Amino acid sequence: MATTEETPTRKIQVKRFKPEEYPEKHYLNQEKGLWAWLTTVDHKKIGLMYLMSVAFFFFIAGMLALLLRTELLTPTRNFMTADVYNQVFTLHGAIMIFFFLIPSVPAALGNFVLPLQLGAKDVAFPRLNLASFYIYVIGALFTITAIFTGGIDTGWTFYTPYSSTTGGSVAMMTLGIFILGFSSILTGLNFITTIHKLRSPGITWNKLPLNLWGLYATSLIQILATPVLAITLLLLTMERVLGIGIFDPALGGDPVLYQHFFWFYSHPAVYIMIVPGFGIVSEIISTFSKKIIFGYWAIALSSLAIAFIGFLVWGHHMFTAGQSSLANMVFSFLTFLVGIPTGIKIFNWLATMYRGSIDLKTPMIYIMIFLFLFTIGGFTGVMLGALSVDVHLHDTYYVVAHFHYVMVGGMVMAFLGGLHYWWPKMFGKMYSEFWGKISAGLIFVGFNMTFLPQFIMGAQGMPRRYFNYIDQFQPFHQFSTLGAYVMGIGFFIMAGYLLHSLLRGKKAPSNPWNSRALEWQTSSPPDLHNFTYTPVIINGPYDYHKPMSEFQLGIATSHNGHGHHAEEHVDVAETEKEKA
Amino acid sequence: MNSLSDFMLPPAKSTLAGQTDALFNFINVTSLVFLIGITFAIVYFAWKYRRRSEEDVTPVITHNNKLEITWSVIPLILVIIVFGWGFTGYMNTATAPDDSYEIRVVGKSWLWEFHYPTGYVSVGELHVPEDRPIKLVMNSTDVIHSFYIPDFRIKKDVLPNRYTSVWFEAMDPGESVVFCTEYCGNAHSNMMATTIVHTQEDFETWLETAGSADDNLSPVELGEQLTSRNACTTCHSTDGSVLQGPSFQGLFGSEAPLESGETVTVDENYIRESILSPQAKIHEGFQPVMPSFAGTLDDDQINAIIEYIKTLE
Repeated sequence: MATTEETPTRKIQVKRFKPEEYPEKHYLNQEKGLWAWLTTVDHKKIGLMYLMSVAFFFFIAGMLALLLRTELLTPTRNFMTADVYNQVFTLHGAIMIFFFLIPSVPAALGNFVLPLQLGAKDVAFPRLNLASFYIYVIGALFTITAIFTGGIDTGWTFYTPYSSTTGGSVAMMTLGIFILGFSSILTGLNFITTIHKLRSPGITWNKLPLNLWGLYATSLIQILATPVLAITLLLLTMERVLGIGIFDPALGGDPVLYQHFFWFYSHPAVYIMIVPGFGIVSEIISTFSKKIIFGYWAIALSSLAIAFIGFLVWGHHMFTAGQSSLANMVFSFLTFLVGIPTGIKIFNWLATMYRGSIDLKTPMIYIMIFLFLFTIGGFTGVMLGALSVDVHLHDTYYVVAHFHYVMVGGMVMAFLGGLHYWWPKMFGKMYSEFWGKISAGLIFVGFNMTFLPQFIMGAQGMPRRYFNYIDQFQPFHQFSTLGAYVMGIGFFIMAGYLLHSLLRGKKAPSNPWNSRALEWQTSSPPDLHNFTYTPVIINGPYDYHKPMSEFQLGIATSHNGHGHHAEEHVDVAETEKEKA
Repeated sequence: MNSLSDFMLPPAKSTLAGQTDALFNFINVTSLVFLIGITFAIVYFAWKYRRRSEEDVTPVITHNNKLEITWSVIPLILVIIVFGWGFTGYMNTATAPDDSYEIRVVGKSWLWEFHYPTGYVSVGELHVPEDRPIKLVMNSTDVIHSFYIPDFRIKKDVLPNRYTSVWFEAMDPGESVVFCTEYCGNAHSNMMATTIVHTQEDFETWLETAGSADDNLSPVELGEQLTSRNACTTCHSTDGSVLQGPSFQGLFGSEAPLESGETVTVDENYIRESILSPQAKIHEGFQPVMPSFAGTLDDDQINAIIEYIKTLE
């Protein structure tokens, strides 16, 4: 606590507001009709619209993955041609990354939960938030057009000069991703402003939920890195459409320059995907361990450290591209430094579980899966950071397995944890714990079956993006495909019980997990304006040793006519400094 | 540890493969120790500290600076070791010894060409002597490729606008596969070659006779060999199935529709032109992706290929 004796204080009168259970009026039914949804500026509805969009794209790209795995059952052609295969793996990667992974946590879950965790009515620029969503939709439409007007077969990385010479709708696709980038930038801008300006009285920087530290670090990367991608794609389009030589050596350009530009964005983009996941992990571990988070500042600052160092390691994607040994040395060294804050996080989360009161509900199961899989993703990242070993492993299935352990094992597991954690708050419904755990178990087993063999065949030399492969790798491919089906079944079960929950689910109480976090101190689902009062915060979001009543304090908002709150007067000394 | 690397890695057939494998094993074993510890902690905590009642009270442990420093410094030391080890190994592979035998490598979509100091060119087969450092100086004629021999633990991108190089010293006679590991389009996964390691004497003999071995063959036999040796058959089938290019079967004498809308009779001149400047007249329905074989194939060889195609009716 930063309170010092000199700080001028002023007393404000607060009272306890118990959240209304099973409210009749909430954000889902206070405005009605399709038009009200499409024009809403409510961050919760925008979050849900994002959630539906990312779920749609996850489904599409997931099905493409199953097609790829099915094709790879045999060493030679199975049921698709090489051209189709190349388009399918390109789309799987591009859709998963640009349309699912990047927006899933910040734009979908983040939009829903960020103002709630701040006790704010909305984000700082609600209209801009809606605009971001529509920019995302327009970007998606361009991409879908590209798929149906020739397809793209460049891989999601669009490496030149292949991408500037191949046929298909590369220009349309890059334009779609160019547009999408603005959605990402504007969301980041909105979140940073909101976190700075709309914190409820008492939420000082050291009481900010770690989820918001994660989103804050993510937003910084989104704002700083995305413009570089936009410029790169614009240059690529100029080359393809106008024939201006930038990257294509036939026109006097330099193809490796493209790789520098591309990874300058796309490496930090990896952290756009994973850092908000870290935030969710902290929230869930603390809630389900019913224990104060261990090493608050270590976790918060390590997110910022990862965001910062993440900008300086792009060259590790190019160890074999012919860059100088000096550059390789520097990038290799910096890459290892990212491992340190990541390790710190893992250890702090483990320490939070130590002597906690651990409730193995579905969200917590996902976070335990996250810890296991993400640790493997991290260690194999150390392997790939080591220069001499990377020369052997670069562009093999080892790399494919590594980034799936980080992206799916890390980010998607955190996203699923967050989805199950906030689901009752979003919809006011509970889901089946039994089926939740079954599905988590299938996804865990299926995931490891899919990607563990890929480490081995990668180390044995199986290159990535191969339509045909030599016979010796077939058993690994077949096992991997089997795993993908198991994982697919897990996801279909999840879709089933979540849909059931929406239609027939048991009503959720306002705080089913007994969390101390602010978003749980309002009704489920929340009111259109989140809180019917102005929350006042006196404790940290993980102070499980303090009574629940201290987390439900606030000042009545004068124009609000809700009179059915239990009134309980408490005096709170608030420092002016903290309020600012 | 050896059985682990036997299972996970291809056989180590170059002098420098061993150092890469040693680091690979070190990281694997160290990671495994940490992973087992972390997994044990997750499972043990989840069981030992499972929730017994909703009234459970947990201790207030906010942080511990000693622990934070411990679990920052130990991994830091470990990664610095790994960094140094990896960098040293990389530097050993970065510069070829002065007495290296130099072979030029040209990557084209989708084949590998090897130019030997004698002027002989082989496609899809890299012949090298054992126990002698081999330096490959490589470039591409179209998009980026990447030259990868898993058995030797070497890989380097092959670029269209500059030369890159890589070197190795093979330890025993035998064969090793070469992959292209930078995605380069339709037949990327067929862009393979074989490294054939000879004893030093065998290599000398091979190099002397390589050019003249073809002299005893009839044009049709030579043509058949050349189409497979030059990877023509990667894209042009001989049984009528359509790959990246038109099938050779029934091609000769047919009327080929062109992308420009005209038609052309497939005769000796059209085949010759298609080999030397493939983009001049593109067959309808196919991409202009074939590399030029000018400088790779001489007139006799082109004649042989034409004679061979004639036989595929």
